[in-house]
Amino acid sequence: MIPCTSAIPSQDKVISIKNLKFTYEGGVRALLDICLDIKYGDYLAIVGGNGSGKTTLAKTLNGLLRPSSGAVFVKGRPTTERRVSELARVVGYAFQNPDHQLFCSSVEEEVRFGPSNLGYSEEDVRQKAEQAIVGMNLSHLRGKPPLSLRLGERRRVSMASVMAMDPEVLILDEPTTGLDAEEVSELMRRLRRLNEEGKTIILITHDMRLVAEHAKRVVVMAQGRIVLDSDPRGAFTDIEVLRRSSLEPPAVTLLSHRLSKFEIPQDIISPEELVLHLLRSEGESK
Amino acid sequence: MPALLMRDVRFKYRGAPDYALDGVSLDIEKGEFVTILGSNGSGKSTVCLLSDGLIPHAVPGSLEGRVEVFGEETSKRTVAELSTRVGIVFQEPESQLFCMSVEEEVAFGPENLGVPPHEIRERVEWALELVGMKGYNSRSPFSLSGGQKQRVAIAASLSMRPEMLVLDEPAYALDPVGRRELYSVLKDLKARFGMTVLLAERDCEEAAAFSDRLVLMKGGRVLESGPPRQVLRNPEKLRQVGIIPPQVSEIASILNSRLGKAEYSFLSVDEAEMAIADGLPAWRRGKLR
Repeated sequence: MIPCTSAIPSQDKVISIKNLKFTYEGGVRALLDICLDIKYGDYLAIVGGNGSGKTTLAKTLNGLLRPSSGAVFVKGRPTTERRVSELARVVGYAFQNPDHQLFCSSVEEEVRFGPSNLGYSEEDVRQKAEQAIVGMNLSHLRGKPPLSLRLGERRRVSMASVMAMDPEVLILDEPTTGLDAEEVSELMRRLRRLNEEGKTIILITHDMRLVAEHAKRVVVMAQGRIVLDSDPRGAFTDIEVLRRSSLEPPAVTLLSHRLSKFEIPQDIISPEELVLHLLRSEGESK
Repeated sequence: MPALLMRDVRFKYRGAPDYALDGVSLDIEKGEFVTILGSNGSGKSTVCLLSDGLIPHAVPGSLEGRVEVFGEETSKRTVAELSTRVGIVFQEPESQLFCMSVEEEVAFGPENLGVPPHEIRERVEWALELVGMKGYNSRSPFSLSGGQKQRVAIAASLSMRPEMLVLDEPAYALDPVGRRELYSVLKDLKARFGMTVLLAERDCEEAAAFSDRLVLMKGGRVLESGPPRQVLRNPEKLRQVGIIPPQVSEIASILNSRLGKAEYSFLSVDEAEMAIADGLPAWRRGKLR
């Protein structure tokens, strides 16, 4: 478990979580003493098995859930001191099931809903919605009822409606479930671009291949605690911690561990990289 | 006589503009483990619904062509009759579980068939043992993990003693450990009982190693059907139809292109480990020359 180093929120971090505990009504203790600082512009993956607390943690970041004890600071202020609508301008959350947030009769209306509720001017709403619609490649679908679309498209609509509020932090809960290979790579390209433009991305998933290829930092959760916090390479070197957390490292990482006697590094995360090391000449340095 | 026979099958769901299946011919032999790979809209779920008679009996639409299960046309048999021969398991275990205990859940099917009580008890024990859930009889299905729930759903199908098991993306809602549990049960069903299995999936990271055949589907048609090694020879082809290829077959393909005329194909991490350990010393010496 990663202990809290101090109870004082870090002012230079977009999100700072201090000794956060959360217990659901009925007594299920979903989060036990979470400490985590997230810096501006980070690309963070939160991974863990079903029931590890990933989604609960995400919902405390935008004020949907209030800490049972401890605190979540967003841009230096506790979430409990802000209205949810105010937090929505900073932290956007795209639900695991896009249908939980779609209810308007057209894509355009759906995407405008957020910014118009935040009190932006008519012109600002139009502009922000338009940007999100174009950004998520939904122009040709703008007049359609969201629930008539395919899953990949519905997911893009739900993301666009979050994007339209122009949050600094974007949380995506299992955004690739049910998507085709192509839709997954398209989505990941968009996220990378948003991250390059300065957005902080928080990706919740249990797909370790996705994490290996995209995240800058990996937080592993198990039974309501953070059990590992590292860069992707570091996260994949400890197979036992992953397995205990109901996760499975990518096949290429497993293979590089099994081939360690051939001086293959233990932190390989792509097939290309593995083959490069396999075909290295004798005596060649790593 | 094949377990499942489909000839020139076309099916359109009521109200849909396009055919979900657009001329599919497919045989599954008794004892064969076939994995259908396809992305959204490929038609793989429609094949599953046809194989246990839910199409045409429960799902409205227009069906052309011939569908036979163990030599009998599904359109001439009721879903209840077919359910004793074909067991089906869906994406979300919650959609199939409704009883107060694991035992009731697994006994439900045979009870409805009028199987005598002592035989039901035998079947329940047999099915629970098979899916690695022995001793969970009195637990509530809803207190179980995702992987355990899905294994109970499989046991509930098996207790009907079906001759063929059909699974439509059974790992969809599972985390990686639940996935591993599920696939080890499927592997066991094949190894111990030679069960006829039709598995519809969107990837074959695990299933490649023990499937007899992979069938690639897209847009309601079968693009390719063959042994896993043959279908996975070119991982790029899978990507083109929206399937993420197993990482080990990507490794084999990159190795082959770097080594010139090598013809490696790996279906599992074990296989890759052995072949690489075997070939690697020579590859490295070769580069020094």
